[in-house]
Order: sequence, then structure tokens, then C-alpha cells
Amino acid sequence: MKTSSKSGLKIAPKSRLQLNKKKSLKTPKSGSAKDAFSGLSKELLVQMHDLMVKSRVLEERLIKIYRAGESYFWIGGPGEEAWGVPIGLLAKVGQGLDHDFFHLHYRCTPTLIALGMPMVDSIRLMMNRATDPSTGGRNFSNHYCFPKWNLASVTSPIEVQYSIACGTAHAQKRAGKKTISIVTGGDAGTAEGDFASCLIWASRKGNELPLLITVQNNKWGISTCFDGQHGETEIADRARAFNIKSRVINGNDPVESYLALKEDMEYIRKTGKPAFIEAQVSRLYGHSSASGANAVSNEIDCVKEFEKKLINHGYISKDKAQAVWDKYEEEGLRAVEIARSEPLPTAESVWDHIYAHNENADWRKF
Amino acid sequence: MSNMAQAIRMALHYGETHLGLKDVFGQDVGAPLGGVFTATQGLKTAWNTPLDERGIIGMAMGIAMTGDRCVAEIQFCDYIFNTIDLLKIAGNTLWCTNGQYNLPMVVMTPVGAGIRGSVYHSHSFDAWASRLSGWKVVMPSTPLDSYGLMLSAIEDPNPVLFMKPKALMRVRGEELIPGEPSEEKQLKAMIDAPIGDRSQWKPKWPKLEPHMIPIGQGKITRSGEQITVVSYGRMLLICNEVADELARENISVEVIDLRSIYPYDWQMIKESILKTGRILFVNEDTEVTNFGEHLAYRTTQEMFYHLLARPRVLAGKNLPGIGLHPYLEDNSVPQKSEIAAAVREIISEVP
Repeated sequence: MKTSSKSGLKIAPKSRLQLNKKKSLKTPKSGSAKDAFSGLSKELLVQMHDLMVKSRVLEERLIKIYRAGESYFWIGGPGEEAWGVPIGLLAKVGQGLDHDFFHLHYRCTPTLIALGMPMVDSIRLMMNRATDPSTGGRNFSNHYCFPKWNLASVTSPIEVQYSIACGTAHAQKRAGKKTISIVTGGDAGTAEGDFASCLIWASRKGNELPLLITVQNNKWGISTCFDGQHGETEIADRARAFNIKSRVINGNDPVESYLALKEDMEYIRKTGKPAFIEAQVSRLYGHSSASGANAVSNEIDCVKEFEKKLINHGYISKDKAQAVWDKYEEEGLRAVEIARSEPLPTAESVWDHIYAHNENADWRKF
Repeated sequence: MSNMAQAIRMALHYGETHLGLKDVFGQDVGAPLGGVFTATQGLKTAWNTPLDERGIIGMAMGIAMTGDRCVAEIQFCDYIFNTIDLLKIAGNTLWCTNGQYNLPMVVMTPVGAGIRGSVYHSHSFDAWASRLSGWKVVMPSTPLDSYGLMLSAIEDPNPVLFMKPKALMRVRGEELIPGEPSEEKQLKAMIDAPIGDRSQWKPKWPKLEPHMIPIGQGKITRSGEQITVVSYGRMLLICNEVADELARENISVEVIDLRSIYPYDWQMIKESILKTGRILFVNEDTEVTNFGEHLAYRTTQEMFYHLLARPRVLAGKNLPGIGLHPYLEDNSVPQKSEIAAAVREIISEVP
């Protein structure tokens, strides 16, 4: 283990490729728990476990809703909990330039859960209810939008968030409040030009942007494998070419994710310059419901592995761990009942919010 | 009298000093060039970007998301096509978020032919733009309208596409911008960057005043009785010339400068049709699924029994591009003689 000069905390060695192949996180029977979790407090670890379970249970509930015919499509982020939860915990959360901005992709439920989104709000989105706070029933699952947390709307076109994030980071730099923009996306999406745009605009000499650029490398682009899409050894190599502080981490390990994110967020706030993290993660239910949304068995399940490690080190008992799962299963079921009873968007509402303040945009009424 | 480039420059200066405009950016928009048409010279908020149109639009969207006001430039609309999905997202963000995120941003871009700009400096974009739901789309034909529409665009809480007819950038208007000196040379000395070393140059801005032209409001530039001609941008001035020439033959042509393509001033068009019974829509974008076709369709649906002749659309030919040689360009976009011929044909038609 090497030691970060910034935090004094021990962080795992730089991970390489293939980290999301099924290979358990190290769970030594001997050695102190403090060492095993790189000095993170028990309270934080238990909190992360709780949120990771909550996110997983929610995603599995969304898939069940789809299978029950109560929704049209599912896409989401089971397998990204160990990476996504720390983002939500570490960011400076709020609205406006005094806070961080989020530009997330459609596997971001773990971050939303860590930000405090109730399960029912995700289910409202999944079931296209008028009460869906993100889109009012207009968009797919996981296409969240919460201005109260500076969370930009998630889009179906992949990678556009990378160029938009440069704009919020530019405004943040001008405001001088040491806030940052955080952008996430998949490895396949880095083939799009917006990824290159982001690296270029974030790293111009004298005009560097306070931007945490991240890629969740799950080794898939829908049905095409990593080697079918990439020639580079690491995606992080592309950021290195722009002199951006870059690293590859095991995104299936919440401790490693937490420490890397913490260190890089602090670096960006301090220097005003970008940092890049490639997180190796799993994709546990395929691309979306279009590919079946079936559980895969040959990739690491970060929630189960982390839970096992916490139990092995006595940070949580098996019973308490199970109680967490049960609690959120119950909450998910209740949330579905609530969403079922809520109104659907009205047909005439298609004309709402084309222009600000509901100014008429229907040419028939010009 | 200012030309259109100076008028836009003054509007942007008014924006950065009075309307909270914080960024004006694009390729070669900042010093030393101040824009390929000099429309951004001397602005304190102007800066140069990488040669990356998608990056420019993304930057504008992000800035707008924070609530800051910006004007981004795509150097020529011929190069805006690779940003089309970002433009679509900028237009649908408010709708997709059920009213939560509006994007108060302006994108300006030179459009149209008329400068012998060859295949990739002669495109039009008005028909494409009219399909970008959630955007407001304007195209002025005079310096004063440029000033007024730009101020309204900056103030608008929605994304606004401000199309600059590039052939009119050096054309002077007939009306003073409120606050501009009446002497052309005086204005030039105040706000035009000198040739050569500009490193120490600073503009001396006139004391400008607000002049808002509401988006969606057209203007009758020639009043007439026999036919209505609806146009905008470069073609509008040619339509005015046609109207003036035909007036000498006692042919009375009403010309409407639409100024806003979306939303558009249907009431003005409708009232004019009620008066003239004949209508011609003129623009230089290509003719298939042309914006003028939408207006002609609406005319037939809503005004059919008030018409004395078939409504017509005169637009650019449906070609892959505009060839450089004048023979090619002139045979690609509407010419004065063709507009006059179309007017004569329509007024000679008897129901």
C-alpha cells in the first residue's frame, strides 16, 4: 500500500485493467480493520454500505417494475454502487455557484441515493408519473434532474455531458468559490467527440477548469466488448496526454473510490485544475431492458463483496446487514404502491415548458 | 450610421454593461481579431475558443445552466451542423426537465450567400433552425434591428439563435441606434480596432440606450395593396428593392420583414393577406421542406378563401451546395429578377 501525501491515508496501488472480472476484494482474516479500510471510520463504512444496498435494491425494484409491465424501459447502474455512492457523499451539495455541479450518465442511481433522493422519486420516474420530480413522466429511468443539487438533466445521447460540464466549471471558476463540476460517463462513450472536447477545454494553459472528469469502465458498449472499441491501454492515458492528473482505480471498491475521489476533489478545489479518474466497474444487469436486464454472474458484485468484508471485520453483523436489505425492500414496495396511486401526465401537458414561464410555443396560436 | 457588425458589437457591449452578459466567445471572437466580421471587437467579455463547435455549444449550455448569460458564436453556420444534437438538447432541456432548467443562451452565426463564399461559407440555416423546438430564432436585416433583437435575445430566458446575414455585415442602416453618433467616421474612430498593432487599443463606447425589439414581431417595410412579400435577412433588402422598382410601374407590393422565424408574426401576415389576397414567401435556404413552405401551408389552411392566387415560395434550389463561380451562385439562390418575375406572375393570376 502506498500513502497519500495529502491525507495521510493509505490507498490501494493503482489498479490496472481487468479489475471487474470476478475476483473478490481482499478480505483478510488477520490484520486490523483500520488497515483493511485504509483508515475510514466505521460510521462512514456502514453508511456507505447502507446507501449501496439501498441503490441496489432500488435498481432491482425498477427491473421488477419493468418485468411486471408497469414501465416501458429500464436502464440503470447496478454494479456502480461502490463508485457512485462516494461521489454523492463527498460533493459540496446545493444549488447555485456556491456548490458543485453534477453531469451524470444514466447509471447514476447510487450517486442520487447518496445525495438523498428518496426511492419513490426514482420509481415515479420509472413509472412515468406526473409526480416524477425529474421529468414529469417524460423520460426514461435514471434520467434524473434535480436543480436543488445542481444536478443537470441526464440525457440519452451519451457523452454530451462532457462538453456541457465545461460550461458550469467555467462559471464556477469565475465565481471563485472553489466549487467543482463532476462529470461521469461510460467507457464506450469516450469514442464520441465530446470526450475529447472536454479534455481540451479543461486543460488549456492558463484557462484550466475545476472539473473532475471520470469514466466508468465496465468494458462494454451495449453489446460490444472493450477490445472492439478501444486501442488505448487505459482511457486515462488520453487525459495524461493533456497533462491532466489522471489515475485508474478499482471502482468496485468503495474505499478506494472514496479516497481517490476525496483526494482529487481536494486537488481540484485547491488548484482550479482538472483531474481524471477511470473507475473499473461492473455491469451487473447488462446494458438495459433492451438486452434483457438479466443478472450476470461473472463480474464482481461490489455490494456483496463490501458487505462480506464488513462482516469479516466485525463492522456489521450478518443479521444487521440483512436488516438493511429488508428495510429497503420494504421501502421499495411501499414506493411502488405510492407511485401507482399517483396521477399520470395529461395529454395536453405536451405543450408545457417548451419556453420558460410557459410562453406559448404552439404556432397555431401565434 | 453604423453597419450591422458595429450594431451587433454595440448590442453586445450594452449587454455586458447592462444586461449581465458575462461571456462572448467563439473561434477568433476575442482579441486580436474580434470576430471574422469584427462584430466582437473591443468587448471586455470576448474570448477565443478552440476550433471546436461542439465544445462551443456545450460551453454555452453549461454557462446557461448556472444562470449566467452568454453569447456564443459559430463562425459560419456551414460549420454548425456537427452540433445539431447539442442544439436539440439545448432546446429540449426545459421540456425534458418539466420546466426545471431553462437555458438563457444566445448562439449567433453568419448565414446565407452573397459574398462568393463557395460551398462552405454560403449555407443557410433557417429551415433547419425552425425545427429546433425550444429555441427562438431571429434574423435581422438592418443594423437597428440587429441591435434590438440582440438585446432581446440576451434578455430572453430561452436559447436564442441569432442568424447574421453575412452579406449585410457591412451594410449601413437608415436609422441611428439610440446613443450612437450620427457621423459615420466618428463612430468608426470610437469602436473600430485599428489596422496593425491593436495591443494597446481600447474602444470608446458611445453612451448607448436600450432598444428592445420583441422576438416574434415582424415589421412592414413597404406598404402595398396588391401582393404581400414575406422575407427576412439578406433577401428582405432585395424584396424592398423589387417593391420600389415595381412601384414605379404602379404595382403595389407590401413587404414584411419577419425578423423572427420562430415564434413568427402570423397576425401581421394574416392581416396583410386580408388586404392583398396574394402572397409570396422569399428566402435563400433550400426549397424542399423550407420554412416558407410551412408558412405557405398555413396560408392555404387558414386563408384559402381570402386568396386571389396560389401562395408561392421562392427559395434556394435544392442543391448540395452553392458553387463559387457567380454563374453557379446566382443560379442557386433567388435573384432580384426572379423575385420581380414571381411578383408579376402572382398578381397577374386571376381567380
